[in-house]
Amino acid sequence: MLRIRNMEAGYGNLRVLKNISLHVDGGEIVTMIGANGAGKTTLLHTIIGLVRPTRGEVLFLGQDCRRLEARRIVAAGCALVPEGRQVFATMSVEENLILGGHVLQQREGRAAVLRELGHQYELFPVLRERRQQLAGTLSGGEQQMLAMGRALMSRPRLVMMDEPSTGLAPLVVRDIFRVVVRLREEGNTVLLVEQNARAALGIADRGYVLETGRVILQGPAGDLLANRDVQRAYLGREKIA
Amino acid sequence: MTADLFFQYLFAGITYGIMYAIVAIGFNIIYNTTGIINFAQGEFVMLGGMIAISLLHFVPLPLAVAGGVVITMLVGALIEILFIRWLDNPSVLRMIIITIGLSILIREAALHIWGESIRSLPYFYGNEITTITLGPVRISPQVLWVLGVCGIVVLLLSVFFKVTPLGREMRACAANRRAAILCGINARNMVTFSFMLSAGIGALAGCVMSPITYTQYDSGTPLAIKGFTVAILGGLGNSMGAVAAGILLGIIEAYSISFVPLAFQDAISITILLIILFVRPHGLFGSGEAARLKEF
Repeated sequence: MLRIRNMEAGYGNLRVLKNISLHVDGGEIVTMIGANGAGKTTLLHTIIGLVRPTRGEVLFLGQDCRRLEARRIVAAGCALVPEGRQVFATMSVEENLILGGHVLQQREGRAAVLRELGHQYELFPVLRERRQQLAGTLSGGEQQMLAMGRALMSRPRLVMMDEPSTGLAPLVVRDIFRVVVRLREEGNTVLLVEQNARAALGIADRGYVLETGRVILQGPAGDLLANRDVQRAYLGREKIA
Repeated sequence: MTADLFFQYLFAGITYGIMYAIVAIGFNIIYNTTGIINFAQGEFVMLGGMIAISLLHFVPLPLAVAGGVVITMLVGALIEILFIRWLDNPSVLRMIIITIGLSILIREAALHIWGESIRSLPYFYGNEITTITLGPVRISPQVLWVLGVCGIVVLLLSVFFKVTPLGREMRACAANRRAAILCGINARNMVTFSFMLSAGIGALAGCVMSPITYTQYDSGTPLAIKGFTVAILGGLGNSMGAVAAGILLGIIEAYSISFVPLAFQDAISITILLIILFVRPHGLFGSGEAARLKEF
């Protein structure tokens, strides 16, 4: 689905990502964990075309994304749930979702958007209750659900989520992650970027650990959870053998 | 002041105020999608009037007005495509200075094309001396045209932004440009549309007010200053606020004639602009909290 080889990217002279290689296959949840400033958000922005890679290649569904505009990559079926939700605060919940269906409408027409809207309301019942409310007045968890629903409205092949758990109560985080698992059950592919390593590795199939712009570890999620370095650095637990 | 005169001034104030409000709404549309103040907005008003006046030699009045609006919209789109669109991540200040340059360019071009003479469209109904009596006031039917057209524009605009997909997408760009791009919306096109829309609205206003205010190559600048004052007074980006602020400024100007000489009329709006910028930069109806989050 997504294949990145030897990619480098950054802002101006600042090289944030160095020699990144990773892949995401259809139907799996892949998580990318790392501390603040490791380059997780830059990685997602490079995949979706908001930041241009300076070296290496990015292939999405076999298509070279390096020179494509962000909206073309979105239209090709790659959706990003941005960090900090970024909902359209001054617009209603339903308007937010319909805007998320913009590329679906262009591809399959208005009826498809309305069908997908129903599907999102079923996935996030709280959004149906608040459909006429302004998005900016929702709680943090509800805004996160709205941001996810908005991204899913385009019926993407790959959903990328940037720290969906930030600033949310543990119970809400559990709800969010339950939805991520359900997305996989429905056949979606998810690339989940998280600081909350335990929760992310708990639901993921595979994981990558990003540190100062490099992938330093990768493997099945279970192996990473058991890895001593990961436990020490990201799970806050030191096992003395 | 007699009661009759009081109402007469009131009506004159409202008429001018509505015209300012339309210019201010033009500012707001572009501000809302790009965050910049388009200082060439007054020139759109002038262009609409001038083009319609020229077209009147060849076609009847309604077609001339429609032609003026359409051609000005094309000019607006062209300006955006030539001078704004290709800029890679421009700063707000840079774009604003570009629009100031454009306003000078358009003004000088208009001077070359139309010369210095003062022109005007004919009255849409009747002539200079036709009046309608409304209770104690006598007004020209053109005033009703101005009020009617501007009212319809405000109404249509709010419907457009609320109901149509294009309007929704433009609001989305205003609310969060990056998120709009992530929805697959072509944010660059939305900017072009906003320039077209505000050019068209400015041109329409320029046509209906031309019989009352006359049109000259440089008549856009004072209107832009008044419109800018009204946009700031009403809270940048707030179109309903602009209408209220426009009427307020128009009425203040109208009554000021009884207290200060006519020559000071323009000074009044600039004084109000300065006071507002010092004391309440987010305007009478704008939100201070939202203004703090803005880039400028």
